[in-house]
Amino acid sequence: MLKMSHLSKVYRTEVVETYALRDFNIDVKEGEFVAVTGPSGSGKTTFLTIAGLLETFSGGEYHLDGIEVSNLNDNARSRIRNEKIGFIFQAFNLIPDLNVYDNIEVPLRYRGMKAAERKQRIMDALERVGLSSRARHYPAELSGGQQQRVAIARALAGSPRLLLADEPTGNLDTQMARGVLELLEEIHRDGATIVMVTHDPELAARAQRNVHIIDGQVVDLAEEPRFHAHAAAPQSLA
Amino acid sequence: MLSYYLELALRSLRRNPALTALMVMAIGFGVAASMITWSVFRAVSGDPIPDKSARLFTPQIDGWGPQQNLKGEPADALNYTDAMVLMRAHEAKRQTLLYPVQLSVMPGGDRDLPLAANGYAVGGDFFAMFEVPFEYGTGWSAQDDHARAAVVVISDQLNQKLFGGANGVGRTINLGGHDYRVVGVTRHWNPKPRFFDLFSTQGFEDVSDFYMPFTRALDLEMRTDGSNSCRGKLTFTTWDDWLQSNCVWITPWVELDSAADVARYRHFLENYAADQQRAGRFDWAPNLRLRDVVQWLDHERVVPPESRISFMVALGFFVICLVNTIGLLLAKFLRRAGEIGVRRALGASRRQIYTQYLIEAATVGLAGGVLGLLLTAAGVPGVGLLFPPQIARLAQLDLSLVALTFAVAIFATVAAAFYPAWRAAKVQPAWQLKSN
Repeated sequence: MLKMSHLSKVYRTEVVETYALRDFNIDVKEGEFVAVTGPSGSGKTTFLTIAGLLETFSGGEYHLDGIEVSNLNDNARSRIRNEKIGFIFQAFNLIPDLNVYDNIEVPLRYRGMKAAERKQRIMDALERVGLSSRARHYPAELSGGQQQRVAIARALAGSPRLLLADEPTGNLDTQMARGVLELLEEIHRDGATIVMVTHDPELAARAQRNVHIIDGQVVDLAEEPRFHAHAAAPQSLA
Repeated sequence: MLSYYLELALRSLRRNPALTALMVMAIGFGVAASMITWSVFRAVSGDPIPDKSARLFTPQIDGWGPQQNLKGEPADALNYTDAMVLMRAHEAKRQTLLYPVQLSVMPGGDRDLPLAANGYAVGGDFFAMFEVPFEYGTGWSAQDDHARAAVVVISDQLNQKLFGGANGVGRTINLGGHDYRVVGVTRHWNPKPRFFDLFSTQGFEDVSDFYMPFTRALDLEMRTDGSNSCRGKLTFTTWDDWLQSNCVWITPWVELDSAADVARYRHFLENYAADQQRAGRFDWAPNLRLRDVVQWLDHERVVPPESRISFMVALGFFVICLVNTIGLLLAKFLRRAGEIGVRRALGASRRQIYTQYLIEAATVGLAGGVLGLLLTAAGVPGVGLLFPPQIARLAQLDLSLVALTFAVAIFATVAAAFYPAWRAAKVQPAWQLKSN
């Protein structure tokens, strides 16, 4: 589903080159639920933005659902993002001027979907996240957990092949976080491929597989005992 | 998607009414200033006879010489001698001489008082040359010219006054104490500027009441009601003295269909002036001009300088308004960088973001156009404060000006939004989402 081979991302200035990702390799199979962990600044979010075609990379290869994406133009990348990828962000990233219904409608509008189908999908997505009664509410009128559920509904409405979640419970209290996590697990059970970046060991433990990033590279924790103290126990989660 | 973009645009404009009002006012005032001054400039600088302006020429022959002419230019009209030579030679397809006359019209009946009427003494070709539209009848024939016939063409206004708007053709009217048979009634016709008589007018006069044969006017020794210009000692006392003087008062026009015809006519004029030099009447080399309508309007400086200056100032003001609008749009668009990042993440391409913001700018332009139209409607009657009355009344808010107001407002605002929208489309979604 998602395969990066020897991928690198370099930020260049006149005096320095900074590698955010270096010789980065990952292979996420269809239907997997993968947690990506690592310390701050390790390159987790950069990996996620490249995986979501929000950013280009400097070298290597990236195949998404069998498509080599490195040479695609902006239109093609946008279309793939719209049709194949759903995003869930830590800060929810709902558009404050749009109500719940209109927020969920945004990706469907860009897909050029007809109004009747858009409505059906939005109502289905809202029902799935348990917010059917809040369709006309604005984000500011919802709790953090509800906002994240709306964001998940927005990601689900387009029936994406891949869900990319960046610290999806980072801004939520424990109870709300648990609810959101259960929802993600339910979505995964229904067949979605999920790649989730997180700091939270408890959250990572709920994934099928953990990938740990340090200094822009995927590391095998079994071979890097010095990192065991910081990481969740991936062996028991595989 | 257009309806979606419009929906987003209206939502965005409502979100910050003060900023929206500021932009709409900038566009509205800029457009209104431009349209008000344009309405004057358009009226005074347009081609009054676009279909034929390149085929109508007014010949000028220098009958005064380098000591007496103005900066080497021949006079703007002809004296009787030269004018009649051109007429009799008949070297052009159509030709006319003309000068303005004023006569009293007796409406008929005992109780009616005479009306003062302004008109022109013209040749029979005048009507076909200048495409004068007729309500009833036609102009007169060449035979009428030769016969010095007592015929007249009257305007629809005079026809209304004399005959209540009924067909006046065949009726007789009394002009200056002589009876004339009406052969034609024109529709409203008053080309602006009045290109065919810039010697006696500024180009923006009221409609002429009548047209009578040039030959008939000469027979009746009718003095010009327009300008005349003479050089040297004025010794004439009789009509014949006046005709033989060097005073210029007659405007000639010829219709020439091709470049070859123009060259041939120019050659004819050169030969004539050379003959006059050889005969000793001209003590100078041939000095001629043959200008078409547009060249003639330019030569006569028909467009008042204040019209051009006020239009340029208004355009400058509009440009300043647009520059301010660019700044406001840039601030408005980039303040929504976070939203742009989200939309990009959800599948919007750069082109879609660009289009969305251009359409938002177009709605600002449309609102600016509405305000501009209201201000233009309010401002057009105030043109009289800047221009003489005969020019001020030419400024009119017609359908074409309404359409132009909207087109300029929308096009200018969209053009002003090119850069802000481009910057919005270049927002890096990854950075925006990371910063959130």
